[in-house]
Amino acid sequence: MVTPRENSIEAHGLVRDFKRGPRAVDGIDLRVDPGDIYGFLGPNGAGKSTTVHMLTTLLPPTAGTATVGGYDVVHEGPQVRKTIGAALQEAALDPYLTGREHLRLQATMHGITGEERTERSAELLHRVGLTEAADRKIRTYSGGMKRRLDLALALVHRPRILFLDEPTTGLDIQSRTALWEEVGRLAKEDGVTVFLTTQYLEEADVLADRVGIIDHGHIVAEGTPDQLKAEISRSTIEAVPADLLQKGAVAAVLERFGTPTTGFGPQAVAVQLAANDGDVAQIVRALDAENLRISHLQIHEPTLDDVFLAKTGRHLEGSGDREPEEAAAG
Amino acid sequence: MEIAVLQAATLGRRAVIRTARQPANVVFPLIFPMLLFAVNSGGLKSETRLPGFPTDSFVAFAIAVPFIQGALLATVNANVEFVRDIQTGFLNRLALTPVRGIVLLVGQLGGLLTIALIQAVFYLVVGYAFGVRLATGSAGWLMLLLLEAAIALAFASFGTWAALRTGSTEAVQGLFPVFFVFLFLSSMNIPRNLIETDWFRWVATVNPVSYLIEGVRSLVIYDWHWEPILLAFAVAIGISLAGFTLATHALIQRMARS
Repeated sequence: MVTPRENSIEAHGLVRDFKRGPRAVDGIDLRVDPGDIYGFLGPNGAGKSTTVHMLTTLLPPTAGTATVGGYDVVHEGPQVRKTIGAALQEAALDPYLTGREHLRLQATMHGITGEERTERSAELLHRVGLTEAADRKIRTYSGGMKRRLDLALALVHRPRILFLDEPTTGLDIQSRTALWEEVGRLAKEDGVTVFLTTQYLEEADVLADRVGIIDHGHIVAEGTPDQLKAEISRSTIEAVPADLLQKGAVAAVLERFGTPTTGFGPQAVAVQLAANDGDVAQIVRALDAENLRISHLQIHEPTLDDVFLAKTGRHLEGSGDREPEEAAAG
Repeated sequence: MEIAVLQAATLGRRAVIRTARQPANVVFPLIFPMLLFAVNSGGLKSETRLPGFPTDSFVAFAIAVPFIQGALLATVNANVEFVRDIQTGFLNRLALTPVRGIVLLVGQLGGLLTIALIQAVFYLVVGYAFGVRLATGSAGWLMLLLLEAAIALAFASFGTWAALRTGSTEAVQGLFPVFFVFLFLSSMNIPRNLIETDWFRWVATVNPVSYLIEGVRSLVIYDWHWEPILLAFAVAIGISLAGFTLATHALIQRMARS
């Protein structure tokens, strides 16, 4: 019998070493409050999945402590597993079983049987929009359908805390949005605490109440998306000269207002504006004074990638093109 | 306890369904042993003229071999699928539920056992069509299926250990030729007392597979001779216990959950 405890997640000095490998997670401290969506953002190999494996009891930590739902992940593993649901990085499904068979199997493994199992399976299939495909084998499912079924499987036993490891990687924008809506609903309406890893800036920005940015096993920044962006508090201005021969001159003018930055295409000139120097009118007047014609001018507000850049000195993988939804899957 | 049985049955059912939905995994283990059985029965039937050969029908003598091969094939196929569960993270999915490790193993082995028994019935029916009648009668059919279950469990427990220990389909598939060497170095084609080459007779005598074959064979061609039957059960159960212990240890390490 699981006694009610707070739906929080806490970790202190969490470390995981692997034989013949670098330290995957190096002293992580974090706290996720009940009912929050915590976005754990970082590039491939940063330590996101290893952290999830430790918090879900799949991997014992080398050092440090963690509690999930009030239970110690090392000493109270069975209680943790009853409390959580998890959809790990790969949608681990049997291609020869149907969606409904998966749900029945998962429900039985959680001790849910008989009529309750049938009803819960039907309810979850409806919730994730797979009622019509319920009796089709998984090998006929699209990536989005597999991810939705994966989410349904994680919810079979009505967990208080949900771990989602890169749930939208490789999905098209429509499937991704549908999944975001469902995750948001779970947190807001059902009070489920969600720990979500992602390499998509937009996902963390849209979904998460708080974001932890991880790189090389360390949390390099943590806070609400707005707090993190406010820490950087510098916008970027991007200009594309009408005459490409004037690119150097445009760059010279813009550099009066900030420091050059990259990642905006070969024809563009961009600078990260120095604090309080973000007056577009002033910049336009300066360009005009030099008789420089601009075909495209745009201000970019700080993003989580700018936070990542500021904290690590490089862009997050796949974000250099400023189109996070197209970032590399995997 | 009741829920653990239901969980094991559900996992076993899944293993059977998954096999049934892959025609290659159904047809090959049925056909291949029967082909080898046909070839052996045709090519070696003159052995029955050897003084001391225990039966006039080589078909009846040889029918024991498909039961061993069938158990081997079921083991390899089921454990290749088990490795896929490890590689795709399906085992992790199960590990994240409250299900006990022993239930996972029993479910996996139970599914494999069911498949092996279905194959055994098929071999018996084919043998019957070719005139094989069990000397032990209808009770012999039941005993043979029981023995087949024990034999399948013996191979399966080692196969499951290899799957869990290595997590490699190649390693599990590699077991098949290893087991086959044991089969060919046994009394599969000739009774041990008629093997004239000393080293081969010695190898066949220390080879546990010989006793498994001789147990099955005894039910087919002799009346109730308990010694070979009990020896076959003892060998199968001994191997099963050793394999199951190793597999349990490997499962604990593989799941590594706290």
